[in-house]
Amino acid sequence: MNSREITTQISKAADFLNLKKWDYGASFSNDYSVQVDKGEAKQLKASQKQILTIRVWNQSNLVGITTTSDISESGIKKALKQANIASDFGNKNESTEFSPLAKDPIKVKEVKKRNPVGIKKLLTVLREAEVKLLESHESIKSVPYNGLSESFFERVYANSEGAFRSYSKSQAALYLYARAEEKNKKPRSSGSVKLGYGADDIDIESCIKEASNKTISHLNYSSIKTDKYLICFSPESFLTIINAFSSMFNARSIIDGVSLSNKNSIGEKLSTEALNIYDDGLHEKNISSTPFDGEGTPTKRLCLINRGRIENFIHSESTARIFKTTPTGHAGLGSKVSVSPDWIVVEKSEENFDLKTSLDHSTYEGEFVYIEELNAIHAGVRASQGSFSLPFDGWRYKNGNKISIESATVAGDIKYLLNNIVNIESSQEVTTSGISPHIWVDELSITGDA
Amino acid sequence: MLSSQIKSNEIVFGSCNKDLLEEIIFYGIGLGADFVEIFIENTDNSSVLAEEDFITSVSPSFGRGAGIRIFKGKKDGFVSTNDLTKHGLMSSVSQAIEMLDITDNKREVFNGLNRHRDYSLSKKKWINEVPSIHEISEKLLVSTKSLKKNNKIITRKGSYSRNLQEVIIASSDGTYVSDIRLHQTVGLNVIASDAQYRSSGSRRFGSSGMPNEFGLWDHEKAANDVFESSMNMLYADYVDAGQMPVVLANKFGGVIFHEACGHLLETTQIERGTTPFENKLNEKIAHESVTAIDEGISEGSFGSLSVDDEGMEPEKSVLIKDGILKKFISDRAGELRTGHKRTGSGRRQNYSFAAASRMRNTYIAKGEHSKEDLINSISEGLYCKSMGGGSVGATGQFNFAVEEGYLIKNGKLTSPVKGATLIGEAKEVMPKISMCGNDLELAPGFCGSISGSVNVTVGQPHIKVDSITVGGR
Repeated sequence: MNSREITTQISKAADFLNLKKWDYGASFSNDYSVQVDKGEAKQLKASQKQILTIRVWNQSNLVGITTTSDISESGIKKALKQANIASDFGNKNESTEFSPLAKDPIKVKEVKKRNPVGIKKLLTVLREAEVKLLESHESIKSVPYNGLSESFFERVYANSEGAFRSYSKSQAALYLYARAEEKNKKPRSSGSVKLGYGADDIDIESCIKEASNKTISHLNYSSIKTDKYLICFSPESFLTIINAFSSMFNARSIIDGVSLSNKNSIGEKLSTEALNIYDDGLHEKNISSTPFDGEGTPTKRLCLINRGRIENFIHSESTARIFKTTPTGHAGLGSKVSVSPDWIVVEKSEENFDLKTSLDHSTYEGEFVYIEELNAIHAGVRASQGSFSLPFDGWRYKNGNKISIESATVAGDIKYLLNNIVNIESSQEVTTSGISPHIWVDELSITGDA
Repeated sequence: MLSSQIKSNEIVFGSCNKDLLEEIIFYGIGLGADFVEIFIENTDNSSVLAEEDFITSVSPSFGRGAGIRIFKGKKDGFVSTNDLTKHGLMSSVSQAIEMLDITDNKREVFNGLNRHRDYSLSKKKWINEVPSIHEISEKLLVSTKSLKKNNKIITRKGSYSRNLQEVIIASSDGTYVSDIRLHQTVGLNVIASDAQYRSSGSRRFGSSGMPNEFGLWDHEKAANDVFESSMNMLYADYVDAGQMPVVLANKFGGVIFHEACGHLLETTQIERGTTPFENKLNEKIAHESVTAIDEGISEGSFGSLSVDDEGMEPEKSVLIKDGILKKFISDRAGELRTGHKRTGSGRRQNYSFAAASRMRNTYIAKGEHSKEDLINSISEGLYCKSMGGGSVGATGQFNFAVEEGYLIKNGKLTSPVKGATLIGEAKEVMPKISMCGNDLELAPGFCGSISGSVNVTVGQPHIKVDSITVGGR
């Protein structure tokens, strides 16, 4: 069944069950991936997946939901029946409605949908990439984590009031994670991830180069003394922190009492006035963008922090109604609708304010710690409390020299971190999770082995 | 059997699918596969969320699909699909064969499927015995209500989920198995707040194959436990970072062994060359006080199985005996690629993942000391009563958050501390586990890895680590 046929089928089955109000989200995907091990194919994988989530509203306007991978006529009927049963337990305290924007026009950026290159080509490309990475330095002994994949998918949203949205796209990903070993030293590991609309769009050479350079740069390492340090966050690591604490901008989290913000936090000062943060799912560099959310609301650019102050929260239909505003295109589709950011863009505002602009990671000769990548986010972040304690990969810079840090964690409080930003570099870098410049923060605690 | 004489064109759960499965396997072997495995599942899941004094989410889901794995030499191709018709399954076999680029004329022999081993016979009634959504909702609401003990508790949540998975496994070595798996888990979470102070507490309970277990859950005890934990931590200071001895509590304290050492004993890590223990079989890798076990047979435990996802009954594997490495956790691919015999540990989240060597119920065996012996032996250190999550990096370094911690001074527990993280490497920490308590207990959890998220049990008695890096402020 295609998406129009599914809509018709749901409509018929809903009529039969006397369900007047319903909506659904569906996704259909074909994925292909390869992994290699020293030139040999290790695992080759293909999958065809379909997921359908149906919501129904009963006569008391309570919502029930069911998710299924069985998109047959009988599967759809069963899903509607189960959703109807679940609606008896619908949330009486917080109603859910269709998004008022579910029929608004959507901004579809140029769809770059590629054709599959096929498993054989994926395998050939990955084999060559592995060989090049292994040959790039004698200490690189293996590439234990690697993969090249391409996905083709379609997303659909429709409801009983005639809204219908469909979007299809392709995406490919390459990851190379190398392991280097030298005599009498601990093994060191690092890697790179690159995305593209198709396998042919991926910059394979830069992925190999980045994985090699990063891994080699960690070969000479030393431990670091536990203390407070001036820290430069790479664009990737700063975006990791912002995403981990995005509940500060999330209306759902605020209502649920798990955010550091509250309903009255709009306008609250969080950081230096030089900081702007946007959520911009439709950004031209966001390969994973989708033009509408789980409720059919169009995706859009939204300012979260303007000159250091909270400007907007991200919303679903129900949170927007509670906050007396409009949905922002950040909803999932569930019994309890989740809200999450799309693609964070961090910028320096047009003025420098109190920034120490002499701090530049490529020229600064004083002592500082450069955090390249933060790890173990799920374990080390307490979003509801604002605290974090995270292991990281990075270097210690001193007198113009740098040495990799053996094993350390950085700990602190997100509000302290944002308030202690001492510089935001001018140039931004594109990462897989957003765009950000390098960000400097003073006096953060690092625990090391020394 | 009459049904075996009727050529079915689609997999039907609850019926005999032998002819169709054999036809598909014959097809794969005929195209040059060394080995063909078919894993088919039908799921019926449900989850319920209570927040404060209301049910805010009820989410049923169901689905079905197949994962087909073809081996040629040490290579494998895996295809998953929602199409359980003969055409759909044959297309998946063809796709896997094509991916592997099989061109030689060597043909393996397939002698048909063995006698059906049906582990599901006594389990078919489970679906009627599990609690109804109404019963679950009532009990969750009573639990969240019992968390309302003072006005500092600002968020109260109770959650329940049930996964019922019916599986059929057939492969060209004759394996033909059916089973039904039932996993239920229930958890409580709170956030406490007072002015600038915030703390949280959580506990999760889980079982496998016990439809009535939810009814026996002592929600009052659980609520008291979570409440106490959050209150104890509300005004706690941040811990000072440094190297120090620690005592790790039993139950979920075992997550560190699971993450930091257990994963390194899976054959997938040998295949990748990422375990420091690869060539250490029969060598000392831990303190002699440490014996560690991985098994899938403890009745009702969250990681227990009647049969693994490759059709093998799980065994009890002594991984480490008195500090000596004795065994790796292995699946079919692991045996093929590393030579370590299968242990009934081939596991996957669902049909869309190929099975891999994964832990089941993994724990450090009990020792002879009391909890007090361990604490009394430390003049200055940290007691980790409740662990949060953690992770292990590609080079074996681990990092774990301590959810509830207390300083130890002169052999006594003193003030609560927050923000502690335990950092280290398994091969350096294992020899430093110098004392094991006599109070082994297990706790359920979910483990995410190469073949998705699977139900596991972690566990240990109280243990003492002589020295470990504690991250803090």
